[in-house]
Amino acid sequence: MEFLRAEQWSPYLVGALIGVLSWITFIISDKPLGCSTAFARTGGMIERIFRGKKVEERPYYKKFALAVDWEWMLVLGVIIGSFLSSHLSGRFIWQWVPGFWSETIGAGRFARWLPALAGGVIMGFGARWAGGCTSGHGISGTLQLAVSSWLAALCFFAGGIASAMLIFHVLV
Amino acid sequence: MLNTLHGNKKMQLTLGFWMGIVFGFLLQKGGVTQYDIIIGQLLLKDFTVVKIMLSAVLVGMIGVHLLGDIGLAKLHPKAGSIGTSVIGGLIFGVGFGILGYCPGTVAAAAGTGALDALLGGVVGILLGAWLFALAYPKLQGKILSKVDFGELTLPQLFKVNQWIVIVPLAIMIVLLLLLIAKAGL
Repeated sequence: MEFLRAEQWSPYLVGALIGVLSWITFIISDKPLGCSTAFARTGGMIERIFRGKKVEERPYYKKFALAVDWEWMLVLGVIIGSFLSSHLSGRFIWQWVPGFWSETIGAGRFARWLPALAGGVIMGFGARWAGGCTSGHGISGTLQLAVSSWLAALCFFAGGIASAMLIFHVLV
Repeated sequence: MLNTLHGNKKMQLTLGFWMGIVFGFLLQKGGVTQYDIIIGQLLLKDFTVVKIMLSAVLVGMIGVHLLGDIGLAKLHPKAGSIGTSVIGGLIFGVGFGILGYCPGTVAAAAGTGALDALLGGVVGILLGAWLFALAYPKLQGKILSKVDFGELTLPQLFKVNQWIVIVPLAIMIVLLLLLIAKAGL
């Protein structure tokens, strides 16, 4: 089982295995891999704690009911799976500022936290606007040849490349 | 038999959890739980993300369509419009470049101890998705349905058998992967 302790696997192997995992999710769960609806449901569940049941009346939460579903459990599993993998390979480490950010922008925690939060807000809004994320559209949707997903995936990268280039080639 | 399994809600939650563990394990082993690798992709210096995604699409596309042909899988292409895919996609992309993780890899990165992912990215995406739920009634039926094409797939768009799209696309993906490898990226 030494390979489970390896620091990194070939990206082609990892990709192929994600492809195989998608066969399995289709067969046994009738579901494509995806992550962003779990965030949408959780946001509403948190609001419900403060504002009560009337939150469920929001039209969006009629479409995406405020309950723990298959995809929500998938995302929970993702956190635990990557924890296991990083722990096994000795790569688990509490870290505030990633290496590249630290070298180019600085090692300040707040200066990394705030943009990460802001970027997350924009991304979460965009993911629900587009109806999916890099997994739901980018992998599961494109492999089903959905027009909506090919368009969305191209726009994820077009927007991502533009904003990353602006930050690291113009602003910094 | 599969229908019974699909309808067993409790069992499905457990299965989702286990498949998530495999997915998270793979994301970490692929290196895409690291900010440096994702931002390297967006700066076009490191092509790990594209290699993983294209390999997944190649294997997944062929397998899932074969499974569909023999009746073991049912496809669920997402409905969409220019308003959702293009505008939503670009908004997503802007956030992607700032955060340096996506909704799946941010969860996986949090599992490896990345606090910018856990306390910045995850919290931010929750907030952003919630803000969208608030804005939804104002957007629905307006910008979200601009040039609506529904659950359209590429074979339907070109009015051809699915394999007429899959085979050339698979060849193109392989060639693109070879090209990226040859360029040393």
